[in-house]
Amino acid sequence: MLKISNLHASVEDKTILRGLDLTVNAGEVHAIMGPNGSGKSTLAQVLAGRETFQVTAGEVLYQGLDLLPLAPEIRAREGIFLAFQYPVEIPGVSNVYLLKAALNAVRQHRGLAELDAMEFLALIKQKMALMEMNDDLLFRAVNEGFSGGEKKRNEILQMAILEPKLAILDETDSGLDIDALQVVSKGINALRSPDRAMILVTHYQRLLDYVVPDFVHVLSQGKIVRTGGKELALELEERGYGWLEETAPTAAHAEARS
Amino acid sequence: MNARDHTLADFARTQASLPGARVPWLVSARHNAIERFAQHGFPGARDEEWKYTSVAAIEKNAFVAALRDDGDGDDAAAAALVDQFSLTGSAVHRLVFVNGRYRPALSAPGRLPTGATLASLAGMLESSSEALEAYLADDHGQTVFGALNTAFMADGAYLHLAPGTVVEQPIHLLFIATQAGAAGALISPRNLIVAEDGAQATVIEHYAGSDAAVYLTNALTQIFAGTNAAIEHYKLQQEALQSFHIAGIHARQARDSRLLSHSVSLGALLARNDISTRFAATGCAATLDGLYLVGGRQHVDNHTRIDHAQANGTSRETYRGVLDGHSRAVFNGQVVVRPGAQKTDARQANHNLLLSRDAEIDTKPQLEIYADDVKCTHGATVGQLDDNQLFYLRARGIEETMARSLLVHAFANDLVERIGVASLRTRLKQILFTRLPQGERIRELI
Repeated sequence: MLKISNLHASVEDKTILRGLDLTVNAGEVHAIMGPNGSGKSTLAQVLAGRETFQVTAGEVLYQGLDLLPLAPEIRAREGIFLAFQYPVEIPGVSNVYLLKAALNAVRQHRGLAELDAMEFLALIKQKMALMEMNDDLLFRAVNEGFSGGEKKRNEILQMAILEPKLAILDETDSGLDIDALQVVSKGINALRSPDRAMILVTHYQRLLDYVVPDFVHVLSQGKIVRTGGKELALELEERGYGWLEETAPTAAHAEARS
Repeated sequence: MNARDHTLADFARTQASLPGARVPWLVSARHNAIERFAQHGFPGARDEEWKYTSVAAIEKNAFVAALRDDGDGDDAAAAALVDQFSLTGSAVHRLVFVNGRYRPALSAPGRLPTGATLASLAGMLESSSEALEAYLADDHGQTVFGALNTAFMADGAYLHLAPGTVVEQPIHLLFIATQAGAAGALISPRNLIVAEDGAQATVIEHYAGSDAAVYLTNALTQIFAGTNAAIEHYKLQQEALQSFHIAGIHARQARDSRLLSHSVSLGALLARNDISTRFAATGCAATLDGLYLVGGRQHVDNHTRIDHAQANGTSRETYRGVLDGHSRAVFNGQVVVRPGAQKTDARQANHNLLLSRDAEIDTKPQLEIYADDVKCTHGATVGQLDDNQLFYLRARGIEETMARSLLVHAFANDLVERIGVASLRTRLKQILFTRLPQGERIRELI
């Protein structure tokens, strides 16, 4: 589904991703872990099409498509979903309106008819029940005045409604208490399916207790330095990221050599 | 002949045909006013109040006072414009003015409650001018254009509310300019709203013009709110895009009175609003809201002034602007808190969205505070659309043009939602949708 090769990306002349390779197949859940500043969120944003990052080298193939030239909205319609680390507040645009506009855009792109008002509302209510969200959040402005937990639930709600093929969840567990974490995890697990892939970007192992990944990758200085199964996350939790930096050649060393 | 002399000659030519030409106090008021104009001339860059707004184009056009036309052949055009700009969906008391003159045939004043008088100002000047003298002669806060209005004022609305009178339905004053009748004309509407103690009314002052007409509207509205009176004043300016619009709205408030002024500027090549209120007694409240949406080469200037002359006054001011193309906007918000005006609570905000690199805004809060136990805040912002918000919407599959429109709509709609008259609010929502790229799509979804 997704094949990233030798991806280099920078922001304002600062190189963040330095030759990242990653292959994700349908049905798989990949966790990407790593210390702060290792490039986890940059990877998530680059995949979603954020224009503040410049891709300086490498290639990303998504379902056979050359992903990088595509506008963010086209990527979304092609089935890529980014759950934001910091969901954006949009005063004056109601949540229900955003959901409707987004769903219509995605359905239209897939050649499906728009849902009528009744069908749409029924779908939303069902998904909101799954996320244990109050109806009033629908009619409030997008994320405005939402608690941290409500914002993250809202992201997963959007994902549940848009039914992406590739979901990238950027630090979805950050700022959640244990109850909210369980609800959010339940929502994510409900969306696991053989034709959907997920990338969980996370700093901590905690989320992975609830959403068990097939693969764990460790990102350090813009490259994947270690890949393993779910047990790698536990090992990291125990020994810290410093352990890996001691055992793997770092990008800084690589640069020094070149 | 320079523009000032041209205008003076125009006054000499037309004064005898203006309403009330045989009423001594009015003749003298007009003469005093034209004298003030003669001394001062049109404002220039040297005038601090006109620093960012040039009226050179007005001078160059050499407009001449619109003479009494009484429906000389543009009835059909006028009726079509009235249809286009009428507010539907709720009952209103409607007075229509065509090229500055009252047109009974196009008006529908309806039944007003006892104690309310709604009439053409020209008619009042001819028949019962003594009732108006004290108000019309009051020229506080008036600009040079205010003086010019007094000299040339020909018609407008007169609303008088006896103590305790409440007019439930909004009063819609529709001023339209026709292609034939308004071309090259100086149109000088004058409105007078007098609400005695405890009276209440909602007035919509609405200016609209035929697309291609080039004219100058120089309007002046005076509002006198008695003790505990409440006036809601809406202004919707949709003048023809090559026209000029200068307007003053000046209120004077008695104890515990409440004023709402909501001013929306959409049309005209050059528009200037001077809106002021004076708290002449304690306990007054005023809300000044404004929205300006301009593009192309439009220029809109809002000068507001809230004079907290007495204690315990509250004022809330919120102006928002959306500027596209090569447009330019000016906001100058003056708040004066005089010595002794303790417990004043004043807040002012002006937010601007620049959609184009060539658009420009000059925004200036001007707080003059001479009392110590007061709460006054102000804030102004100028910015582009928020990149994070745009990316968030696009990452949900919403196309960029649509995402931009959505954010602009949200920004402007905030001010539209503050409009208390449903038919006017609906009209403005329609206008917003029409003006935004993919607005129709947004309308379907909302």
